[in-house]
Amino acid sequence: MVSKNQGRETEQMLEPALSTIDPPIATHHSPGTSILLASTAEDHHIARMAAVALGLAVLENAIPSPLPGVKPGLANIVTLIVLARYGWRVAAWVSLLRVVAGSLLFGNFLAPGFFLSLSGAVLSLIVLAAAQHLPTRWFGPVSHSIYAAFAHIAGQMAVVYLWLIPHAGIAYLIPIFAAAALVFGAVNGVIAARFMNNAAERFSRSDGRQD
Amino acid sequence: MNWHDPLRADVLPHLKSGDWLTLLFGGIGVAILALTLWSGELADHAVIRSGGKIFLEVSLSRDRQIEVPGPLGVSIVTIEKRRARISSDPSPRQYCVRQGWLQQAGEVAICLPNEVSVELTGSRKKYDSLNY
Repeated sequence: MVSKNQGRETEQMLEPALSTIDPPIATHHSPGTSILLASTAEDHHIARMAAVALGLAVLENAIPSPLPGVKPGLANIVTLIVLARYGWRVAAWVSLLRVVAGSLLFGNFLAPGFFLSLSGAVLSLIVLAAAQHLPTRWFGPVSHSIYAAFAHIAGQMAVVYLWLIPHAGIAYLIPIFAAAALVFGAVNGVIAARFMNNAAERFSRSDGRQD
Repeated sequence: MNWHDPLRADVLPHLKSGDWLTLLFGGIGVAILALTLWSGELADHAVIRSGGKIFLEVSLSRDRQIEVPGPLGVSIVTIEKRRARISSDPSPRQYCVRQGWLQQAGEVAICLPNEVSVELTGSRKKYDSLNY
């Protein structure tokens, strides 16, 4: 089962990042002119999460897609976990850093593909900002993931229609994209939920505390 | 061990009741989108564009051939038996020619290098413009 294996992989990749937060690193002074950017532990933490998301994005880039734009969006698993654990602000940082750094990595910074990712990510984040206030008793990461996936595809279609292909014909692709968003959104949500439940179990077992 | 054991163990515990509701409404939404956007109507007009501007709007009821000039040369649009196709085009890859006959409203053939496109429209246009 693909999603299961991917879930394991995410787990392993995320585990060290989630469990350790470094104190601010001691910046060593070199004698010449140097520019020092004060960075906090949170900055390091965000960067580490974004790096994990980037890894997933690169991994996913190797998977062939039947239609450009239909992608599993594995990096969003990280966004979901960060949203649940550290809140919306950190999730927004991780998501946007991933988009920008990813575009540098794939070589499409400021190219159409970059703006597609960006519009999708921004609209997802807006929807997640609202979705995180859903009662947690009934709505979990799976719902968040599905809403974000729909928002993602809506943002991308808006850019495609308003900028790249201003033609009503792309409406014919919307049901395909929407179906993909529903399926991949649900799968990513389950992976994120499973990861968090597993991690919480392990944590409470080893520590005798609840996460 | 049968096939749904991993499903029961790995997937179902992570879905809350609201998540099922989201899945249900998401599925219904996708179905509605597919039904409304894919309800193919037979077309009765063809809109021929050249360089992004409307070159000609013709009815499909009369068979004819139309020559459309573009930056690379002349594309020929053929209308026959209430269908339309681009039968000749100077573009190198001939994608729009190989697309063949267009019959349903909303179908479109685009010759990008020569900036010529043919779009079929139905008797009543379902929307004036689309926004998302």
